[in-house]
Amino acid sequence: MSDYLIELKNIGKRFGGVRALEDVSLAIRPGEIHCLAGENGSGKSTIIKVMSGIYTPDEGEIVIDGEPVGRLDPIRAVGHGIQVIYQDFSLFGNLTVAENLALNTYLLEGRSRMDWHRAHEMARDVLARIGVAIDPDAEVGSLPTSGKQIVAIARAILARARLIVMDEPTTALTRHEVEALFTIVRDLKAQGIAILFVSHKMREMLEISERLTVFRNGRKVAEGAMRDFDEATITHAMTGLDLTDDPYRPEIPDGPPLLEVTGLSVPGTVERVALSLRPGEIVGISGLIGSGRTELARALFGMEPRMTGEIRLDGRPARPRSVQEAIARGIAYVPEDRLTEGLFLPQSIERNLVVSILDRLRRGLFLDRRAVRARTAEMFAAMQIAAPSPETPAGNLSGGNAQRVMLGRWLLTGARVLILNGPTVGVDVGSKATIHRIIRDLATRDGLAVLMISDDVPELVTNCNRIHVMHRGRFVAELAGAEMTETRINDTLKTLT
Amino acid sequence: MTTTPETRPLIRRLLGSDAAIAQLVVITVLIFVAMTAMNPDKFLRYYNFESISYIMPELGILSIAMMIAMLTGGIDLSVVGVANLAAIVAGVYFRIPAVQEAIGAGGAGVVMHTVAAVLIALLVGLAAGVINGLLIARLRIIPILATLGTGQIFAGLALVLTGGPAIVGFPQTWAWIGTGKILGLATPLWVLIVVALLVAVALTRTTLGVSLMLIGTNPRAAIFAGIRSGRMILYSYMLTGVLSAIAGVLLSGRTNSAKADFGASYLLQAVLIAVLGGTNPAGGKGRVLGVLLALIALMLLSSGLQIMRMSNFLIDAVWGGFLVVVIAINYLRSQK
Repeated sequence: MSDYLIELKNIGKRFGGVRALEDVSLAIRPGEIHCLAGENGSGKSTIIKVMSGIYTPDEGEIVIDGEPVGRLDPIRAVGHGIQVIYQDFSLFGNLTVAENLALNTYLLEGRSRMDWHRAHEMARDVLARIGVAIDPDAEVGSLPTSGKQIVAIARAILARARLIVMDEPTTALTRHEVEALFTIVRDLKAQGIAILFVSHKMREMLEISERLTVFRNGRKVAEGAMRDFDEATITHAMTGLDLTDDPYRPEIPDGPPLLEVTGLSVPGTVERVALSLRPGEIVGISGLIGSGRTELARALFGMEPRMTGEIRLDGRPARPRSVQEAIARGIAYVPEDRLTEGLFLPQSIERNLVVSILDRLRRGLFLDRRAVRARTAEMFAAMQIAAPSPETPAGNLSGGNAQRVMLGRWLLTGARVLILNGPTVGVDVGSKATIHRIIRDLATRDGLAVLMISDDVPELVTNCNRIHVMHRGRFVAELAGAEMTETRINDTLKTLT
Repeated sequence: MTTTPETRPLIRRLLGSDAAIAQLVVITVLIFVAMTAMNPDKFLRYYNFESISYIMPELGILSIAMMIAMLTGGIDLSVVGVANLAAIVAGVYFRIPAVQEAIGAGGAGVVMHTVAAVLIALLVGLAAGVINGLLIARLRIIPILATLGTGQIFAGLALVLTGGPAIVGFPQTWAWIGTGKILGLATPLWVLIVVALLVAVALTRTTLGVSLMLIGTNPRAAIFAGIRSGRMILYSYMLTGVLSAIAGVLLSGRTNSAKADFGASYLLQAVLIAVLGGTNPAGGKGRVLGVLLALIALMLLSSGLQIMRMSNFLIDAVWGGFLVVVIAINYLRSQK
């Protein structure tokens, strides 16, 4: 018997001209808690998909229990006990917990008739084994994120998992829920199930994992026992940089704020938030998913009709009642999910850029095509968009280029307040720096006021001159200058309940 | 995050509009050749093409209307109801004693009242479009249900207005719209050409057209981008309603009558032609040129089969089979 449950040896994988993985090896022992770390685009997701049989590697070999397995497909991977829990959990929200759990087992066993009694029994047993109290008759869609995650774990256990891969499992969890998850994970380990955490949250990795593997740009750059690493060495391995990015400390001239918000509330999500932004400022908002940060942004952008409170621009009341009004007043919002909320993927880059100024590009009844082309060319240059032509579909762009198209769209509207929600999610390291530089330039050179919402604490620390910590709809802390450190923010987030 | 972004642009590229148009041209030519071969003496007659040029425009305009509704991911199942109602209201107008008197007197009054009747028909179409648009854009009723319901209402109103039998007794000028000629070409064909050009320009060169494509591509992103989606969708159904009314005028002009249940088979044929023409029923993609090519292909097919004395019911089945084959080809092409 081999020492390892699964070994991936010298794996290589290309997509078109892009090398996603190059000569990468990863080995996991039975019953260990292993952490796979890396920035976005480092190849983490690709290796998971190789492991679970979704992608066939171009090079290398997969060995399970000491036996080379040849080509793996998803069904065989499940047969070997490999279970992946993706960030969206892949559950059926309109079915109950018991149904979700039973469905998978029934499929595995090739049964076609539903035995409700057995389904309930199975659900109760497995939930008891994890040690949580969830009603098997509850509809999965009504559970909180942490509950859905537990259902997904339960489903993996029922499928006789020997290795559970969890992709960014803590992103949407509060600190308490994270601790509850860790308890479950340690319990699974005790039952001999190996766990592979895929994450970029250092603190949590250090806390739970025994071994660590770090990917960068499709290569393995570090591995070893967790006790040999600390935050600094992991960061260095992940980014290849020592974190020496100079922080954003602009000289903000005294003057009236550009945007001033007082007593802003959105029923159920945002409570009496006060905020002021001066031209040239980049103000960060740190908070968990569900803290009200997205609703705050949407309210400022005229998307929350139930909002109350005051919003002033240049001292004048300017509460937008619609998105169109917000845009007309110079407020721009780059949403969190570029793919579903931002871009029109099959449409040309040109259309994606000018969509918000179509009305201004009209001459009589028709679109002024020359103006459309001119404005597009202008933004192509200003945003350094790397694409063969403005006719290229936006769906062909990399994350970084796509995000630059989004920024370009808003600059065309003449925005003065720029709200960014997760500005570099899904953007590779090199592009990330470019986007940060563009944002800083917009603030210092063009005098925009920027509100930056991000999960990425180091991103906020380096690019903001002030940071608000948001929790349960309120601003609970404001940090500026020297007190604005990663540790300090993480500590603040940690104390929240 | 678990989707595979690298496959998507590739599929889009293969489905590119030009390839789809090229495929339609090939299909049309193939049908033309096949029908000519199967009916050596009868198919290639001037009379055959002339009769196609009178019948085709009604269906063509309805198909273009359907395509517009599909651009935003919607559908308009009330087009035939609107067409009949518009024609019937025009017929009712011609029954007004004062109008009949003026027409009986002849002269410029006839033309004037015909123009008035056309405008009334178009207004009926516009009003129907506003109702559909408000139900869909404001009340957020899904298009298939909203227009299925309003289609029933329009058909019901038409029945009430006529009491059942067809309205006849349209003036000669009205019949000319459906049966006359301008510069040697059928009047309805001219109407189709003008409508097709106007709609093609509207879809590619105006804010409305571009907005509709973007809304259809990604309705969520359209909201975040500040497109006035509701208003644009309302406009699109208004346009659909007016086009349906135009089709109604052509139909009643050609048959010199109007009836509540005329052209019932046109509804599904219009859907079929729009989809065959490369319109994405999920929204975001559609071209007038594609719809016209699909229309011509199907008209050639059915006229050839009719010459071969195939039953009309069987022709419907052949059309359906044709749609399935083309969709299958599109699917296979996108899998490459």
